Amino acid sequence: MSSPQVIASTTKRPLIVALAGNPNTGKSTLFNALSGLQQRVGNYPGVTVELKKGWVRHGTRQWELIDLPGTYSLAPRSPDEMVAVELLLGRSSTEPVPDVVISIVDATNLERHLYLTTQLFDLGRPVVVAINMIDMAAAQGIRIDYAGLSQRLGVPVVPIQANRGIGLESLRQAVEAAADSQQIPQPITFPEPFEAEVTRLYQATHQAEPPFVLRRALLDTGGHIEAELLSRYGDSFRQLLQAARDRLAAAGCSVPGIEARTRYAWIRTALQGLIQRPAIPPVTWTDRLDRFLTHRVWGTLIFLLVMFVMFQSIFRWARPLMDLIDGGRAAVTEVVQDALPPGPLRSLVSDGIIKGVGAVLVFLPQILILFGFIALLEDCGYMARAAFVMDRLMSRCGLSGKSFIPLLSSVACAVPGILATRVIEHPRDRLATILVAPLMSCSARLPVYILLIGAFFREGYSAWVPGLVLFAMYMIGFTVAPLVALILKRTLLRGETPVFLLELPPYRWPHPYSIARRMYDAGRAFVIRAGTIILAAMILVWALLYFPYTDAQGQSYPERIAAAEVNAEQARQRLQESAELAEPLSETERQHLLAQLDEPQRLSADWKRQSWLGQAGRGLEPLFRPLGWDWKIGMAVLASFPAREVVVGTLGLIYEIGEVEAAAVSEQPTDPEAQQQVNRLMQTLRREWANDPVRSRYPIPVALSLMVFFALCCQCASTLAVIRRETHSWFWPAFTFVYMTTLAYLAALLTFQAGAILLELSR
Amino acid sequence: MRPLNTFQVGQRGVIRRVDGPPALVQRLGEFGVLEGETIEVLGFAPLGDPMEVRVGASRLSLRKAEAAGVLVEPQLPPVS
Repeated sequence: MSSPQVIASTTKRPLIVALAGNPNTGKSTLFNALSGLQQRVGNYPGVTVELKKGWVRHGTRQWELIDLPGTYSLAPRSPDEMVAVELLLGRSSTEPVPDVVISIVDATNLERHLYLTTQLFDLGRPVVVAINMIDMAAAQGIRIDYAGLSQRLGVPVVPIQANRGIGLESLRQAVEAAADSQQIPQPITFPEPFEAEVTRLYQATHQAEPPFVLRRALLDTGGHIEAELLSRYGDSFRQLLQAARDRLAAAGCSVPGIEARTRYAWIRTALQGLIQRPAIPPVTWTDRLDRFLTHRVWGTLIFLLVMFVMFQSIFRWARPLMDLIDGGRAAVTEVVQDALPPGPLRSLVSDGIIKGVGAVLVFLPQILILFGFIALLEDCGYMARAAFVMDRLMSRCGLSGKSFIPLLSSVACAVPGILATRVIEHPRDRLATILVAPLMSCSARLPVYILLIGAFFREGYSAWVPGLVLFAMYMIGFTVAPLVALILKRTLLRGETPVFLLELPPYRWPHPYSIARRMYDAGRAFVIRAGTIILAAMILVWALLYFPYTDAQGQSYPERIAAAEVNAEQARQRLQESAELAEPLSETERQHLLAQLDEPQRLSADWKRQSWLGQAGRGLEPLFRPLGWDWKIGMAVLASFPAREVVVGTLGLIYEIGEVEAAAVSEQPTDPEAQQQVNRLMQTLRREWANDPVRSRYPIPVALSLMVFFALCCQCASTLAVIRRETHSWFWPAFTFVYMTTLAYLAALLTFQAGAILLELSR
Repeated sequence: MRPLNTFQVGQRGVIRRVDGPPALVQRLGEFGVLEGETIEVLGFAPLGDPMEVRVGASRLSLRKAEAAGVLVEPQLPPVS
């Protein structure tokens, strides 16, 4: 990639063009069409908003395009919304002030879209209006006099059709002309009393604040700029502002109504005679579809169907791809095992790094599929309807309809679910959804449930018991998540109820390129930003399980295991030979050979027990005891920090069965050998627990307490990494881990203690 | 003059007043929910809330609690 600055220096510095518009105006489509493939997503400190940038060469000019977040107005209510305003005002610490602002508007709804355009006029930057969707307007019989409009607005107006690339050349020329002339549009004049108050504030703040900022402070009660100025000028400014608003109310210009009234009145005058519409608006496709898609019965059925297909696709269609990634990881591991000599390096590469990279990549199919769906649903306009249909239900737990899809996706996996919270505009709602999404019962919990249910709830129980237990485990997530959301919204995330006004945009054909682009961006961002943290967590746990790798006599475990494996192989051959030749072995020799066969597993178990993590498990045993666990279970739980399903493999290691692949624990086993290993683990768990004073007495409470713990805990480094990425803070992932682990511990404690008491009473 | 949330599907009217928290009134204003504008109820969500309305060329969804502050003078349906 050649640096844009270098190219530009040979001609002029790059032309900086910001793209502003309402959501659902085809802004992203225009951005993609103008900037082509060279794009980058940038983050800003302290906010969750992302700005997309693109670079393109047009003739001799290098352009730097900035895609501002879609917004209906420039009245910032949060630090997130302030990013765009700061940038447009040229007050951003990281971004240069744009040379030109393109205001993209929808030809079928000009009046409302020009509202934001008139706000852009106040910023003192050259503006070019791009009127998009001219084909849709034509289809509805709307005719617009573009030249006349340009004259009345005082800025260039270019009709375009972004999805087909129509009018883009004229738009480019208009933008360059505007950049060269630097002609600043005339802001709309507000009624005299309002302008007087702005002047008064300007004097009171010693002319230090730009008029735009003061106008917004006056207009946006409780807005972000008001808060900023209050913190800068203190209480005297509060009184000043209040007095000004009181005077405005007395003069019949009360805020905030004055702004909308003034702007809409101005727009209406400007549009007078320039737009021809059919006298009776035609019944559009949106009208017809909406009658159906928001219908009491049909709307609900279609919604359920759409959600079912989406859920199935991330749950099942992603499976073959995930298996493929798992297979690739296994193949690469084998190559490394052959290429490197045994030792810490080989183990780090195969058990730490490759496993870690595999653990990152394995999420990609689900993320790509989910984001493909979200982009499709948003682009065609259905997303808003889905939120509309579900809003009532979600409002019961203090959220809105927009939280439904992220939470539903989390049943497959919290990682794509948390990424999907980007559809939620309200920062507090989004955060609440992020924090409870990991409580939904994800697919990584399934191997844990199936293993324990298979070991303890199958033999001696009616056929329906295993299913019931599994159902109960899922219900834990479905009931606890909304409860926690409600509690969070009432305590930590308390604040004034956000406005749930939602536009239901017209239905439109989705654009394949923007969908592909969204999928690509989501996948890339996940791998780069969250992937590194996941990898680091995997390597950390690998090291905790690997070191120290020498036994009490100073002999290396890996070497002893390698030697034992050679012996085991010989023993296996000897046993086979004797069976084939029907040549009975003496009982002592047979026992000796069988012991040799098991020696490698015994040694790895020894190794893991005395590893740092094993030591921690034993040290923390007093903590696990009230849950009915011994240090082995506790250690396996600690080792599952990177991902819940790892507990299965660790249990296999500690119980001397060898590493059990969590993927083998499923309802429909495919690999008989792996399935046999799982069965052996189940048997061993039963046998080991039967020989233990606590667990033999209360096997069911112990199994339940372990399952309940996994239902509620946050043993998932990937989830924490994604929370860190989405909230741009370490506090929220730490908070999630602490609250979920506490919750899981207390619930497991209650489960075991109550279960044990019940069992005692029934005896 | 009645609150918007009491309107039925297909009913329309002229907005006379918009009350509520400043942030809500501002957002409604941005969408064109202003005194003097015509508003039409297009439907209700399957669970009865929120409601869907049309103002100008925009379709909006708002919760009934938010709609309660929008006072509308009902208009008779046009005689066909």
